[in-house]
Amino acid sequence: MDPLILARWQFAIVTIYHFFYVPLTLGLSIFVAILETKYVRSGDEMYKKMAKFWGKIFLINFAIGVVTGIVQEFQFGMNWSEYSRFMGDIFGAPLAIEALLAFYMESTFIGLWIFGWDKLSKKMHLAAAWLVAIGSNISALWILIANSFMQHPQGYTIDPETGRALMSDFGALVFNPNVMLQFPHVLASGISLAGFVVMAFSAWHLLRKHDVTFFRPSFRMAAIYALVGAVLVGTIGHFQGQFLIEHQPLKMAAAEALWETEQPANFSVFAIIDEESQTNTVDITIPNMLSFLSYNNFTGEVEGIKDLAAQAEAEYGTGDYIPPVALNYWSFRIMVGAGSLMILIALLGVLWSKDRSLDDKTLYLKAVVFSAALPYLAVSTGWILAETGRWPWIVYGLQKIEDAVSPNVPAWNVAFSLALMIVLYTVFTIVAYKLAVKYGTGDVKIRDNASAAD
Amino acid sequence: MDLNTIWFILVTVLFIGFFFLEGFDYGVGILLPFLSKDDNERRAIINTIGPHWDGNEVWMITAGGALFAAFPHVYATLFSGFYLALVLMLAALIVRGLAFEYRSLRDDPVWRSRWDLAIFIGSLLPALLWGVTVGNLMRGFAIDADMNYCGGLIPLLNPYSLLAGLVFVTLFTAHGANFLVLKTEGVIVERAKKFGFKAWIAATVLAVIFLVWTFFETDILTKSGLNGLIPALLAAVALLLSGWFGKKGKDGWAFIAGSLTVVFVTIMVFAGLFPRILISSLDVAYTLNIYNASASPYALKIMTIAAAIFVPIVLVYQIWTYRVFRDRIKADPETLIY
Ligand code: HDD
Ligand code: HEM
Ligand code: HEM
Repeated sequence: MDPLILARWQFAIVTIYHFFYVPLTLGLSIFVAILETKYVRSGDEMYKKMAKFWGKIFLINFAIGVVTGIVQEFQFGMNWSEYSRFMGDIFGAPLAIEALLAFYMESTFIGLWIFGWDKLSKKMHLAAAWLVAIGSNISALWILIANSFMQHPQGYTIDPETGRALMSDFGALVFNPNVMLQFPHVLASGISLAGFVVMAFSAWHLLRKHDVTFFRPSFRMAAIYALVGAVLVGTIGHFQGQFLIEHQPLKMAAAEALWETEQPANFSVFAIIDEESQTNTVDITIPNMLSFLSYNNFTGEVEGIKDLAAQAEAEYGTGDYIPPVALNYWSFRIMVGAGSLMILIALLGVLWSKDRSLDDKTLYLKAVVFSAALPYLAVSTGWILAETGRWPWIVYGLQKIEDAVSPNVPAWNVAFSLALMIVLYTVFTIVAYKLAVKYGTGDVKIRDNASAAD
Repeated sequence: MDLNTIWFILVTVLFIGFFFLEGFDYGVGILLPFLSKDDNERRAIINTIGPHWDGNEVWMITAGGALFAAFPHVYATLFSGFYLALVLMLAALIVRGLAFEYRSLRDDPVWRSRWDLAIFIGSLLPALLWGVTVGNLMRGFAIDADMNYCGGLIPLLNPYSLLAGLVFVTLFTAHGANFLVLKTEGVIVERAKKFGFKAWIAATVLAVIFLVWTFFETDILTKSGLNGLIPALLAAVALLLSGWFGKKGKDGWAFIAGSLTVVFVTIMVFAGLFPRILISSLDVAYTLNIYNASASPYALKIMTIAAAIFVPIVLVYQIWTYRVFRDRIKADPETLIY
């Protein structure tokens, strides 16, 4: 097996796993901090219980997010050493700042949050909760600044002697227009995801009439939270698409399976894609819709894959510039489909949770329990789109994936690490999932008892 | 002093922080099965580092990030070269971190004893592997003209570096025992003292052999200009003092002296390397040093500003955390936090 293929599989798997936990951390940390704020403000013990109950789910998830994150930090050097050499000047800085600014903060204050209930004043403890939330979200910001450079490089020069990319403008690196969209999209995806997880556990309890006075308000707050997140994620996603049409047109064309340039362009709802012959054998479309989504008018021209690939060959030399079309097409549709469903479900939740009649909407509540899978689907497919749609570039326009891999790591080493990571991550994901279900479906009252597993 | 030198010092500082903090952290993990007889005792031992282990571990993550930012070639060469060792270390750190957080979430003794094993192995293995890595750094390894390590796994497991691994393990164990003496009560303290003394003897014997061997195997202690000789001697004195203070019952001083040992060992390594970072055993021309492996002056300047702002802030709140949790921990189910 080719070490490059193995390294790519490893990166994809390990990172998707990491990002399975990250969004819940991002969203739930804020949610818990809000609950604790309500407790400190009102003195109502109910909110303290809520902060602790949902905080438990947060901690179970946080732990596995942290340990999978350590692998992330080192795998650029391990598997992508040529990339690290080429990009280190630029990429290292956000990563190091992320550690200095964010990781220290979240990891230190999470310790204070867990162990400090009796040692800190209420206000200090609340501050710890917020610092964890801020730290986690800042960490996302800096890693996305790094990623945005790979998607849309700016603020660099190429060293004529070594051919390496050198940082020339830190401001341009940080205020990359790509990150201005990507970060809010990721943040909102985390908020919506956390909202759905809390809604799902609450619905589970409401279906069984457990602790309804606890789970009804939990559900309602989570529904509002999820709705805000889902609407934002969809809105920002729309602008992200428009940004991509301009800056990574091949990614969007692939995401639309648009082989030929069209004016006006139609939006495809369902297609059977034949990548060999570069056509769609079946294609159900909404007329003019893609022009509208791309430019906010119904007549704009959207360039197709074939034309764009020809342009890319003219610019960068012969080669394969077509991303995996079917993968991107379906990833995009699953994400958008999931997002649309989420808006609907969260909206119903907000409307129906005003009073007790929610408890009787059993069908809806059952649907909510399963709908927690939707945001997970959306975040994974969203990243698959973002990262595989960049093909063949690891750094857009500057370095190709094949030139980035470590030349000196033998295939069997990568195969070994890949197998080991798959086993570990799978086992521990199951463990974490079971623990989350155990605590999320457990009794609230037992756990509020100070000495028992708190 | 140029920025490259400043960053070499900063990386050294990060490694000092890492080995000092994770040193006792790993030590506590290694000692866990030997100092505890029941679940409450085990919980008490774990809780001495419970609020801190993640913050301590970030020192390693930051050291990695700082290498990437300041010396990208070092990051690329070291981690691709020591690939399998790093994979094992990461696996160990994964199980270790989860063990701290998941162990108490079920009451089942089998569940808990599995996680206890994870803490033990997850602490022992990284301590050993970091020692082996440091041994290889001091000795040099086969870096080719393209800055890539081309030797494979076996040459990294040479006897000298393996001995360095054992020195790290025993040193950290003694360091962890000193820490537990300060942070726990009653029988655990007594056991920590006994076991810690044994670890201290082992560390002292191994360290002396290692130091003599270093003299013949490497130029770390002997190279002209800055070298590791004085820090090595200071480390030796600190190590002897820590044992002596331990015997005298001056537990606070024993911990301080043990900590200084770790600090001086780290300084010895980096002072002996300077201005090289990764020594090529094939050809001196292939050695990575603070100039040919570094980021651009502009990037270094940006990073210097970032470090000057954030490192002091981090230090303040981490020290404050240790103050908040300064009380000794009793193996008493009434007060233990699970
Ligand atoms: C709950 C999760 C979630 C939901 C509901 C959506 N997304 Fe998304 N999307 C993500 C989670 C996500 C993500 C995983 O967070 C990504 C990966 C990279 C990024 O910036 O965010 C992403 C990427 C991503 C990209 C690629 C960005 C790039 O390549 O730089 C586009 C164009 C969209 N999204 C657009 C949308 C649209 C139009 C949505 C309409 C509902 C939508 N997303 C819903
Ligand atoms: C956390 C969310 C992320 C997910 C789920 C994700 C997913 C993926 C996937 C599926 C690939 C494989 C693409 C391919 O081989 O064609 C990939 C590649 C890669 N991604 Fe990401 N990615 C994420 C974030 C990031 C970030 C934040 C960075 C950098 C800071 C990054 C850097 C890379 C690199 C270096 C590769 C390897 C080269 C390549 O195959 O393109 N990724 N990622
Ligand atoms: C979009 C992509 C990513 C985001 C938003 C993100 C965010 C986060 C967050 C919030 C955490 C805290 C713990 C948790 O996950 O629950 C975390 C942990 C971590 N992440 Fe990621 N991450 C991403 C990808 C990466 C990548 C590509 C790297 C590698 C450079 C990385 C390195 C780490 C490390 C080292 C930790 C452990 C920190 C600790 O011990 O506290 N992450 N990440």
